[in-house]
Amino acid sequence: MKFGVLVFPGSNCDHDTYHVIAELAHQPVTFLWHDSPSLENCDAILVPGGFAYGDYLRTGAIARFSPVMQSVKKFAADGGLVLGICNGFQILCEAGLLPGALMRNAGLKYICKQVWLRTETADSPFTNLLTPGETLKVPIGHMEGNYFCDESTLATLRRDERIAFRYATPEGEITREANPNGSLDNIAGILNEGRNVLGMMPHPDRSSEALLGSADGFRIFQSLTGALAARS
Amino acid sequence: MKAHVYVTLKKTVLDPQGQAIHNALKKMQYQGIEDVRQGKYFELRLDDTLDAASARAEVDRIAREVLTNPVIEEYTFELE
Repeated sequence: MKFGVLVFPGSNCDHDTYHVIAELAHQPVTFLWHDSPSLENCDAILVPGGFAYGDYLRTGAIARFSPVMQSVKKFAADGGLVLGICNGFQILCEAGLLPGALMRNAGLKYICKQVWLRTETADSPFTNLLTPGETLKVPIGHMEGNYFCDESTLATLRRDERIAFRYATPEGEITREANPNGSLDNIAGILNEGRNVLGMMPHPDRSSEALLGSADGFRIFQSLTGALAARS
Repeated sequence: MKAHVYVTLKKTVLDPQGQAIHNALKKMQYQGIEDVRQGKYFELRLDDTLDAASARAEVDRIAREVLTNPVIEEYTFELE
């Protein structure tokens, strides 16, 4: 089982993500530079947070054309597991691996704080250790996290239970106040049609150790390593 | 030849920045402004290898495939 963490010019959570896999999950992990198409036989791809290509043009807009992303698209099409966090989620949307777009926060401010997520589905390689309705304390840190898609896409996401996480109160209530950035339907993370790609704005990589205020995010990585172990 | 490309949020997409600008204008007591939508402007300078029709097709392709995210944005352009 080998993990690959993509590195773009401007990625800044690549080392955090690497640390979680290497030091906490105790699994082999390598960095994959954006300019090379090789995924080095990795079994799961992690697209970390940051500001790929400086967020120029739009967040993720230039990163999606990089050589490594062409390989990630093929990898995902073949059922490979891909997790995009924060800027990684934005890149996956721009690349067409996930539907919709992340817009400027409704309040127009950069937001960095702990939020609560309600697990909406356990039916995915990323959430199989969670229970629907269970809440997780995970931080956000973004300027463009306001999820948007058209009505028919939202209807499809709901029907197929592809909304993985929604912003909620600590008790798991979905309220307007619990929505930090104006996201449609309080959406914090979604799955692709094959359920092998997850994109989420909150940072499980920054909430995998109690020292950081919460270890809830680690359960997502544990789900992922469990799913990979079951595949091999 | 130059291409002027204008990218704006779709009409169906809320534009909080445009709203903030509109509110500021109202507070400053500017008159007669009903709505503000903000966007991006790109100026592309073209070399002479393309004729006008090909240039139009190429700029359209660039605007559609790169400069806009079709989920939330739309574009117009003109050649000069």
